[in-house]
Amino acid sequence: MLLGMPLLSLVIWMPIFFGVAVLVTGDRNAFAARWLALIGATLSFAVTIPLYTQFDLASAGMQFVELAPWIETFKINYHLGVDGISVLFILLTSFTTVLAVIAGWKVIEKNVAQYMAAFLIMSGLMIGVFAALDAILFYVFWEAMLIPMFIVIGVWGGARRVYASIKFFLYTLLGSLLMLVAFIYLYLKSGSFEILQFHQLPLSLKEQVLIFLAFFTAFAVKVPMWPVHTWLPDAHVEAPTGGSVVLAAIMLKLGAYGFLRFSLPITPDGSHALTGFMITLSLIAVVYIGLVALVQTDMKKLIAYSSISHMGFVTLGFFIFSALGMEGALVQMISHGFISGAMFLCVGVMYDRVHSRNIADYGGVANKMPMFAAFFVLFAMANSGLPATSGFVGEFMVIMGAIKVNFWYAFLAASTLIFGAAYTLWMVKRVVFGAVGNDHVAHMQDISAREFLVLALLAVVVLAMGIYPKPFTEVMHASVNNLLAHVSVSKCGADCAW
Amino acid sequence: MNFALTDLLPVLPEIFVLLMLCVILILDLFLADDLRFISYGLTLLTLAGAAAITASTFSIMPVLAFSNMFVDDTLSDVLKLMLYGVVGTVLIYSRAYIQSRGLYRGEFFVLVLFAMLGMMVMISGSHFLTLYLGLELLSLSLYALVALQRDSKVATEAAMKYFVLGALASGMLLYGMSMIYGATGSLEVAKVAATLPNLNHLNTVLVFGLVFVIAGLAFKLGVVPFHMWLPDVYQGAPTAVTLFIGSAPKIAAFAFVMRLLIDGLGGLVADWQPMLALMALLSMAIGNITAIAQTNIKRMLAYSTISHMGFLLLGFLAGSENGYSSAMFYVVVYVLMSLAGFGMILLLSRAGFEADQLEDFKGLNRRSPWYAFLMLLVMVSMAGIPPTVGFYAKLSVLQAALQAGYLWLVVAAVLLSVIGAFYYLRIVKLMYFDEPTDTAPIQVHADMSVLISANGLAILALGILPQPLMALCANTIKNML
Repeated sequence: MLLGMPLLSLVIWMPIFFGVAVLVTGDRNAFAARWLALIGATLSFAVTIPLYTQFDLASAGMQFVELAPWIETFKINYHLGVDGISVLFILLTSFTTVLAVIAGWKVIEKNVAQYMAAFLIMSGLMIGVFAALDAILFYVFWEAMLIPMFIVIGVWGGARRVYASIKFFLYTLLGSLLMLVAFIYLYLKSGSFEILQFHQLPLSLKEQVLIFLAFFTAFAVKVPMWPVHTWLPDAHVEAPTGGSVVLAAIMLKLGAYGFLRFSLPITPDGSHALTGFMITLSLIAVVYIGLVALVQTDMKKLIAYSSISHMGFVTLGFFIFSALGMEGALVQMISHGFISGAMFLCVGVMYDRVHSRNIADYGGVANKMPMFAAFFVLFAMANSGLPATSGFVGEFMVIMGAIKVNFWYAFLAASTLIFGAAYTLWMVKRVVFGAVGNDHVAHMQDISAREFLVLALLAVVVLAMGIYPKPFTEVMHASVNNLLAHVSVSKCGADCAW
Repeated sequence: MNFALTDLLPVLPEIFVLLMLCVILILDLFLADDLRFISYGLTLLTLAGAAAITASTFSIMPVLAFSNMFVDDTLSDVLKLMLYGVVGTVLIYSRAYIQSRGLYRGEFFVLVLFAMLGMMVMISGSHFLTLYLGLELLSLSLYALVALQRDSKVATEAAMKYFVLGALASGMLLYGMSMIYGATGSLEVAKVAATLPNLNHLNTVLVFGLVFVIAGLAFKLGVVPFHMWLPDVYQGAPTAVTLFIGSAPKIAAFAFVMRLLIDGLGGLVADWQPMLALMALLSMAIGNITAIAQTNIKRMLAYSTISHMGFLLLGFLAGSENGYSSAMFYVVVYVLMSLAGFGMILLLSRAGFEADQLEDFKGLNRRSPWYAFLMLLVMVSMAGIPPTVGFYAKLSVLQAALQAGYLWLVVAAVLLSVIGAFYYLRIVKLMYFDEPTDTAPIQVHADMSVLISANGLAILALGILPQPLMALCANTIKNML
């Protein structure tokens, strides 16, 4: 309890409350909107910290649980709770929101209040997704956040923003609706929408495979996995910097989180049956998308493809069913949240000055912006998995996990260390180093204190997580082991024939 | 037929409406144009009076009157109370529009009240003929309302189409009823229902009659393949009339289906279930796909209505209490969204400007963030996206249909609703992403502004807390069955 409200509710509703307050201040008073948004985002981050400090590391169950009836007709409850898998993402979300607010501080001049409000509201909704323990509550948060993101891309985005925003929305909606059908099916079977009851529900193998595929459409689109990833490069490229940061840092994680919360525990036999399929798709993402990233000429697009490739690691880690792989995947998710956010912020910094995302329009930025170049190189190194940065830890753990299952999985996955380094560092080389490329670059100013603050915060986290990852991994131990134990027990009983 | 004085009590709201209607009709003759607000006020008072009467005679147990021709039960009372509210909202939304188009006349109010009376009879009919009578009173008033703008060519054309096709559908309905009468020997809903189990359900006359009844119902609901009239009428009618046609009659149509198909012919569920399933699929497909190609928002909303009616059928075809209460919830939610959607068109229109093109919504966020937000809520709700109430409407009918074992239909429904989401999103895109082409200030009367805000916010509020409305629907249906 904090401020008379249960902690998780506070964490969800506080940013939404501030978002509405920012909306009410209106677009005319941009100054007030910015500061109110910053205060709101910072306070909302502050209230998430007790979730970490008061978290019981020994327990694998749900903590900070809140349960109240919501829609009795369908036995839908307002049921919240976090375990070791979800708690870190809540912190990541509220932290990223602060960054997104600061990133849009000066750049956004049109409808400032609506922009800031969209991010705050989105933050609350995304936290809701991580905290929901009722399928409909989960679904409501899951879908509701599409609306602010749609508007963020469409209003403040680039030239092809309309196409990108509608594609983003429809793609995600299509996947989620099949998940909704699966939820309804599970409700009719189990008598409630409680996710934890779904976990215990016995299902025949056939049912499990179909439900798995329904969930798969929802989560694979969101992750995104090859071949349903095509919305992401569009959305990333067209979104404003803040939008790209939130998309990459959090929204992609929602899909991966869905696999852990729904697919694996609800349909363990289905997951095992389709392991080959999932691993194949993951490895295609890692290798093929890594190669695609290599040929990009647009920096944002390159980072977008790099995200898809890194998320391939995450799904690979889940479906090798070992504690090392799963924890590695979770670490990778969090680390990627920081690194990709940082990369997009860096591109944003340059875009604000030159108004181009093309690699060819830059060259020798280091000469004019040495401080910025230092950050950019650091994050690029982290993105390519350099030891002592957070990017290394997750990838290493997943590769270690994979090699125990199959040497070739690990071999293909490890190729990312080469491709990742190739596309990231090659981009950095062309953008940052060399002689000053053109007049635009010659007039670039080094980063302001505001930009420095954002990048420095991220740099500290990326390094800390790379050097001493234990505070992150120890939180997830109990829950991951519990999940793996659950997944290893068959649920199909007598109906295991296909 | 014996007449008893107690028969009058259940019919009191209808009698009151009829009386007031005559008063307004006569009084209006003597009113100068600038005193027209008296007719308007009296019409609203009529609604309030009828609501008071209905509320004070609220009955948990069904009361039959006039030799079982008429029933006053929970369903009828609840639906009538909603009906008054919807008609009142229609009148308030329409005032500025009809004033500026020379329709602010006694005829408008009287016809609306006549139509409402017809709907009340439909809601309370417990005899095939009473139901038919109510339907005809409603339909004839609507034909006249559509044609009320005498000098408008499109309106006249729409009225003509509506009339010809409507008459055909009424004929089919009546023909089907006569077949059922032939098979069962009665036109009384309860007696028909009681006779059905004794009949062979492959009885040709009976099933033949059923097909015609369903065709008639499908026409009135506007589901494929009996939907042809709907886009033309929605587009051609004055927007105020479109608002009326698009809202209140859906409540009456729901009651009509409940009385005729569920109460009366519920025993034939195995026969009508596949018919409804097919019509639902076609409606959702054709409605959603055709709506994409529209440039006129009234026409687009007409196609959207067709797809919504397809969703509504999902609830009916479940053939269970759960399904009927889902269908009721869907209808109420749909009416709420429809009111706000057409209300926004009325709000943006002014003398000489209809605001019925999609383009007219361009840049609304620049002109008025608040109204843009309300319209956003309506569109998101129509697309069935939480946290608006439209999501729960879809959720309840989908779970009902899935419970009835229609997995293929449910999957088709969700896939088609993704297509539907596209054209709703297009409105959001026009409002938020584009620059305004029309820069005239939006002038709205305070009453409309308050009401449409409440209407839009209700869509959001019910989306966050849908339980009261869901429970109301569930209890009403439980009481009735």
